[in-house]
Order: sequence, then C-alpha cells, then structure tokens
Amino acid sequence: MKVIIVGGGNTLYFLCRNFAAKGYEVVLINRNPEECVQLARQLSAMVVCGDGSDPAILNEAGAMGADVVLAITPNDQDNLVICQLASLQFGVPRAVALANDPDNAEIFQNLGVSAFSTTHIVGSLIEQRASIEQITNLLPVAEGKVNVTEIALDAGFPVAGKLLKDIELPENALVAVVIRESQPIVPRGATRLLAGDRVVLITLPENHGPVLKAFTGEGQ
Amino acid sequence: MSNNLYIVIVGCGRLGSHLANQLSHVGHSVVVIDRDEAALNGLSSDFSGFRVEGDATQMAVLKEAKLKRADAFFATTHEDNVNLMVAQIARKIFNVPHVLARVFDPRRQQVFDRLGIETICPTSVAAEMFLLAVASGRAAQGDVQP
Repeated sequence: MKVIIVGGGNTLYFLCRNFAAKGYEVVLINRNPEECVQLARQLSAMVVCGDGSDPAILNEAGAMGADVVLAITPNDQDNLVICQLASLQFGVPRAVALANDPDNAEIFQNLGVSAFSTTHIVGSLIEQRASIEQITNLLPVAEGKVNVTEIALDAGFPVAGKLLKDIELPENALVAVVIRESQPIVPRGATRLLAGDRVVLITLPENHGPVLKAFTGEGQ
Repeated sequence: MSNNLYIVIVGCGRLGSHLANQLSHVGHSVVVIDRDEAALNGLSSDFSGFRVEGDATQMAVLKEAKLKRADAFFATTHEDNVNLMVAQIARKIFNVPHVLARVFDPRRQQVFDRLGIETICPTSVAAEMFLLAVASGRAAQGDVQP
C-alpha cells in the first residue's frame, strides 16, 4: 500500500514510522526545508519538500499511484484542497483530511471529503473513560485505610445479572449494600446484581483498583 | 443584477476593499470579512456596509456574516486554498446563488471548475492580456502570426 502524508510535527513523524513498520510505502510532503532534511534523516520514507496543495508537488510525490492521501497540516483549507486535488486530479481512492476546527469535519464530509477531528476523537475518549463517573467515592474511613465506594451498575458491566456468590472478588472487599429502586438490600450470596443497581462497596486501598475493574470490566 | 444585492466579500486586501467600496457606493448591501482589523480600516470613509473581523474558514464567522441571505459571495484573500474552501462552503452549504473565488495558481483552477466553483485567475487573465498586447503590437507592425 502506498500512502502519501502531507503535514509535519510529531504526528507526521510517528504516523510515518508506524506505517513504515507495517511495510507500507510512505511518501511525506512538507513545506519546511529544514524539517524535510530532519525527516529524511530520521525516517526511511521518501520526502518531498513543497506545498502539498500544489498539483506539481503531489505529482512529484507519486500521487498518481497512491492508495491513500492523508492531509494533516495545521490549516484546514490546505487539507481540504489537498484531498480534493488528490481525488479529482490524481484519482487517489482514499483521501482523508484532518479538521483542526472540529466544525469543519462535518463541513468537509458535506463537501465530499472524508475528514476526522482529533478534538472529537480525544474528547469522546476522555468522556468514555470518565463515564467511570458511575463510580462515586463516598468516604474514606479510618484515615483512608478503608474506602467506601458506590458504583451504579451498567448493563455492560461484567457483574450485571450475576449472583453475588458467582462474582470473583479480590480479597478484602465487601459488597455492603445494594440499592435497588431506592430500596436498600443487604446482599447475600444468592442476591443477583442487576443493571441499574447501585452497589456500595467496602475496599482496602491496595485492592480498590482491582475490585473496581472486576465490577466495571474496564482496563482489561 | 437587481437593484439592491446582499454581497459578502472575504478578504479586505487591495481587491476585496476595492470591490467593497465600489459595490457599496452603487447601493448594494456589503459585508466584508477579514481576520485583520487593520485591513478593514482600509475601506473608504463612505463605505456603508458591515465589517466582520474573523477567520472566514470558521463556520461561526460565516454565520455571523449571514451567508444564508447572501445573493453573491466573493472570496478574494491572498490564499488560494482559503478562497477555494470558503467558496465551496458558500455555494454548497449556504446555497449562495453567485459565488466567485480568486485563485492565483492556474493549475488549481481546473479542478475547481470541475467542482462547480467559478474562479477568476488573475495570472491567466494578465497573461492573456500581455499576449494579446504582444499579438496586436505585432499586427500593428504588419507582422502576421503564423
């Protein structure tokens, strides 16, 4: 597979290294002569120095036979034009633009160019991680030697629907109370945990993380 | 063109400000967008339109200029790619009926003709006029071209 990447900086460097390691043929286009020299030294890729939105430069980089063009410059207008030239003038089957301004991701799609926004991607990743917000640290007891934590059970958690006795918990952990539809239940082995339950856990600091993982399935 | 048009111009350099002054002078409603406040000060004192300071490649700025209502849109910044991008947005997303972009590089012009974006290339226009002058100069000397 032949990939042309237009842009600079760390993202370009690491992407290129990654692609080259997979055996792709990578050509880089960068308009800064000093960075080009640097890149050519550090990477085994072909480097073309120039403006990637100039058809002559794309041609020099071999756009005619490329499978993918990736435009990741810091300027959205350049990324759009690079991709349009690549697909319209050089017939590149896949041209993908970085939308620095997240609003432009949708606009580029409407203009017929595949686009992605790192702001969107990173933002949603952080939200996913933070959705472990379902965990509330209630209170530290005995100067933090004991944690009392509440977890709201999601249908996707591995413990949802299981009997308490079938859940493998690390040592020194206790399911103290299950709150189901505002009713507290002091659970026994035969109590089944359901999605929507709020579970109050007592843990010691050393196994706090593993216990949470056992409940949420996160980090496996 | 009808009596009073709503015209949005991106870029307030020599071309943009000249167009804005002229169009405002003959009675059109003109909005000029430039990211540089100093450039907007280059408009003439009798310019009666609106000035928007901001980067036209950002959707919020184009919305502020009320592009939906525009009858015509001219992209005249000194960056070809900015002109091509905002012209496409004006045409395809805001459905502005009359869109023109200035593009310096004639090689870029062809692709955008295909995308349905009308472009004016000052390089090609000037070259044609020079060539015409050369040809007519020759003709005046009675030197007929092959």
